Amino acid sequence: MFPDLIDTRPLRRAIDDGLEWVVRNWGDEFEAAAYPLLMLLKAIEDLLIATPWWLIMAILVGIAWLATRNWKLPAIVLVSLLFLGVMDLWKDAMTTMALMIAATITAIVVSIPVGVWMSRSPTVRNIITPILDLMQTLPSFVYLIPTVMIFGPGKIPALIATIVYAAPPLVRLTDLGLRSVDPAVMEASRAFGTNPRQRLLGVQIPLALPTILAGINQTTMMALAMVVIASMIGAGGLGYQVLQGIGRLEVSRGLFAGLGIVVLAIIFDRITQSFGKQLQGRIGLAEAR
Amino acid sequence: MNAIDIQAETRSDLAIAMRGVTKIFGENPEEALALLQSGRSKAEVQAETNHVVGLDNVSLDIARGQIFVVMGLSGSGKSTLIRHVNRLIEPTAGEIVVNGTDVLKMSLDELRTYRRTQVAMVFQKFGLLPHRSVIDNVAYGLEVRGVGRAERLKEAAKWIEIVGLSGYEQSQPRQLSGGQQQRVGLARALALDTDIILMDEAFSALDPLIRSGMQDQLIELQKTLGKTILFITHDFDEALKIGHRIAVLKDGAVQQEGQPEDIVLRPANEHIEEFVREVNKARAIHVRSIMEKGEHELCEQAVSKDARCEDVLPLFAESQWVGVVDETGHQIGRVTAKQVIKALARYTPGVGDAAS
Repeated sequence: MFPDLIDTRPLRRAIDDGLEWVVRNWGDEFEAAAYPLLMLLKAIEDLLIATPWWLIMAILVGIAWLATRNWKLPAIVLVSLLFLGVMDLWKDAMTTMALMIAATITAIVVSIPVGVWMSRSPTVRNIITPILDLMQTLPSFVYLIPTVMIFGPGKIPALIATIVYAAPPLVRLTDLGLRSVDPAVMEASRAFGTNPRQRLLGVQIPLALPTILAGINQTTMMALAMVVIASMIGAGGLGYQVLQGIGRLEVSRGLFAGLGIVVLAIIFDRITQSFGKQLQGRIGLAEAR
Repeated sequence: MNAIDIQAETRSDLAIAMRGVTKIFGENPEEALALLQSGRSKAEVQAETNHVVGLDNVSLDIARGQIFVVMGLSGSGKSTLIRHVNRLIEPTAGEIVVNGTDVLKMSLDELRTYRRTQVAMVFQKFGLLPHRSVIDNVAYGLEVRGVGRAERLKEAAKWIEIVGLSGYEQSQPRQLSGGQQQRVGLARALALDTDIILMDEAFSALDPLIRSGMQDQLIELQKTLGKTILFITHDFDEALKIGHRIAVLKDGAVQQEGQPEDIVLRPANEHIEEFVREVNKARAIHVRSIMEKGEHELCEQAVSKDARCEDVLPLFAESQWVGVVDETGHQIGRVTAKQVIKALARYTPGVGDAAS
């Protein structure tokens, strides 16, 4: 056994007491700060549930067609959505979709600026990279419990946990995409007297867009991977059905809801990937790489 | 240093004046600079300090309205040199005066304005924006400058036509061939209507035939527009064809600077002689530099004063003397086959007393 060099109990007690103090004194403030997130999630969820099922189908099939200009993907999307409807999973699927979309939107808003910042400064990159590693590897329950203590069980901790887990790939790929823009093009842009903002918006971001889109694809996938855990703390949706299935040993319920998650994943993965490919083709990177 | 300052300022007919420009790449260039100035060679500095000497005390005078070619092999520092003119690279020491203004004293803002309005650049790898159409690429510099959409598209369309790409306005750069892409790069630089155009190995990536066509077009454009063009190349033939003046660079230092004939007829050292040996002298030497000047009886056949030796050779089949005429058609001199043969043979190694 490793020798007891120090007594860790005081340290642990200090952390536990500190968290309790934060919950007691700052709980309301934290909740108020997270309120916009909750509003975003609620708005998306209400909208998705209020929208008639056929309209949602039409929209998603339409987007799939725009992304590929081909009948294959729209057909897959249609069959997938019909599966959700037929299996009586429609409302849960909409709840899960809302959580995923809210998490993705928040992740985009936060991750892209962070990625831009990282791409410009090696110091920032050296600081943020280990934080991203931590966010992706720390078991989610470790930060779920304090979030639940602060916000109480419900949709906010579920959303925060999903964002923490899903945002890192987008930050990484934004950084990578911006840094791998052809230096010859960047130099040409500099020679024409552009300022950093003109280079970022006019050259770097457009050329890094396929990579950034791959990051968004990863974010949606990871957000869906979190739905079961998120439902444990009150997110509802398909994840909750899986949980109930496990709890009641109803294999069928867990299986169908699980397949529902897979179906959602396929829809969003294929759509975002196709948009990425289309974009790559448009700026001529498809042939070059 | 002061005397040089005054010289640079008073010679306002110069488009670009570089004085003692030295560039050392590495962590601590000052230390390496001191070594270099104490007389060490590029290789010695690199061995001692692990710093690479990009440019070694380069001074060049580039007059307005000429094509000035900097020629050198890869690693000679020619691409580093051209990037000093618009300060894409900062020198370690020296002075760069463009149109009478010291480029190195400009603030970041002034530098951007300078790049937008006074120097345009064409790149070896084209540097086109792959996500924009041809016309938007050509209009890019104007867009950066803040010119309104309608006006810049009109201007861009005009230059697209001049470089011969009409009909390709809405194409994407990747749909064009290399030669066409470089025409876009050229149009993009010309659209800015700057006095100075920097061309960094602009034609090196093109096929020989297309390259030759682009060279002819550049010579034509320069004649009609009167721009100052600083052209970088590793190809001596190209330098001789388009250059009004040529500077040969080796290891970051200027070996010789002069008119194409100067370099072909009087190479300053062995390094340059090696280039000269490979070159087609008949194309390099202008007849005017070897002709018998003055009033002579009118010759039956005549060439312009811009003609090269290769242009007069076929005429000797018919007549003994060929006249040389200026722009107005007035005869200013004449040449014989003998003179031409003498000029071409003069420095061929093993024949006569070459360089002595």
